[in-house]
Amino acid sequence: MSILSKLEETLVCLKAGRVTLSYPAEAKPLPEKFRGRPIFDASKCTGCAGCANNCPAREILVYDVCQEIRILKYIGLRCTYCGRCADLCPEKAITMSQEFENGTDKIGDIQQRLELFMSTCQRCGRCFKEPSVLEQLKMKGYRFDDLQNERWIFRSQARLEGDAVVDDVKIELD
Amino acid sequence: MWKNLCQKMFGRSLWVYHANSGGCNGCDIEVLNSLTPYYDVERFGIKLVGSPRHADVMLCQGPAMRSTAQALKRAYDAMPAPKLVFAIGSCACGGGVWFDSYSVIGPVEKIIPVSYYVPGCPPRPEAIIYGVAVALGLVDKKTAPVQCKEPELPIPRYHPGELRGQGELVVYEKAEKV
Repeated sequence: MSILSKLEETLVCLKAGRVTLSYPAEAKPLPEKFRGRPIFDASKCTGCAGCANNCPAREILVYDVCQEIRILKYIGLRCTYCGRCADLCPEKAITMSQEFENGTDKIGDIQQRLELFMSTCQRCGRCFKEPSVLEQLKMKGYRFDDLQNERWIFRSQARLEGDAVVDDVKIELD
Repeated sequence: MWKNLCQKMFGRSLWVYHANSGGCNGCDIEVLNSLTPYYDVERFGIKLVGSPRHADVMLCQGPAMRSTAQALKRAYDAMPAPKLVFAIGSCACGGGVWFDSYSVIGPVEKIIPVSYYVPGCPPRPEAIIYGVAVALGLVDKKTAPVQCKEPELPIPRYHPGELRGQGELVVYEKAEKV
């Protein structure tokens, strides 16, 4: 009886295959609706900041450095890949990619930083962006030229303070 | 620096201590998943040990909480000297979705120095293995910071070579009525 059971065990062991995936060499295909890290498309983004207002982890920051430039920054450290930003983006500028292998040694490697050129409303001075490239061409001029008087107006004096360091996490930590 | 240290000191095998300082257990399950035969990390000599005194690497899951920060610090101090800390999951990397809660201090790097980050909520077991493989020097990291800049700011409407100064204003010579 016992010999038979041992033989049966041997047979089972011979029949068993190998399940281990030699992972970094070969990968298993991902499920279809897998959400990896979001990818931001600067050419489609209109700077409406809907993603920043609805991010549950508050990982998307939007700030205006001057009248013409709005900066949208995705930090991504505590991003849970919930996909809410991609869902509510009106221009579909955010897509959830299938990249999940994000292990790094530097904290700033996951960041994405978009500099958006915005035009300003002549009444209130706030930034907006024309919806399409054609309508941007049609506009009568940006903030800094005055077409009625055929003059060139100096643009606002606010400037970007050099190139912002990518690795700055002070905003996020404090 | 971390890479050189890893390849010198941790070339053979890593003994891993697995510290949860207040996470939701999701990352724990993914770490244990990577120890199963399907993603067998013992191929790389990685082994889970029960005490920080035996460990080379600490896998941190969960944010640094007010109640567990002291214990996390003590576990880090108990590890022998060439040591690495992996922050696994978005809680350990950045504080998680409850980063502004009263009981959460923040990411674990506020308490102990972190050498590698594996974001994700939870990260797939493949992602954790990939992070460890980046640390061991088996693969290159795939992420890089992305910066999209406008080509020229401001975009001139006219050709800037044909501008002439007139006192404080600058006048365009070939101005057309629009």
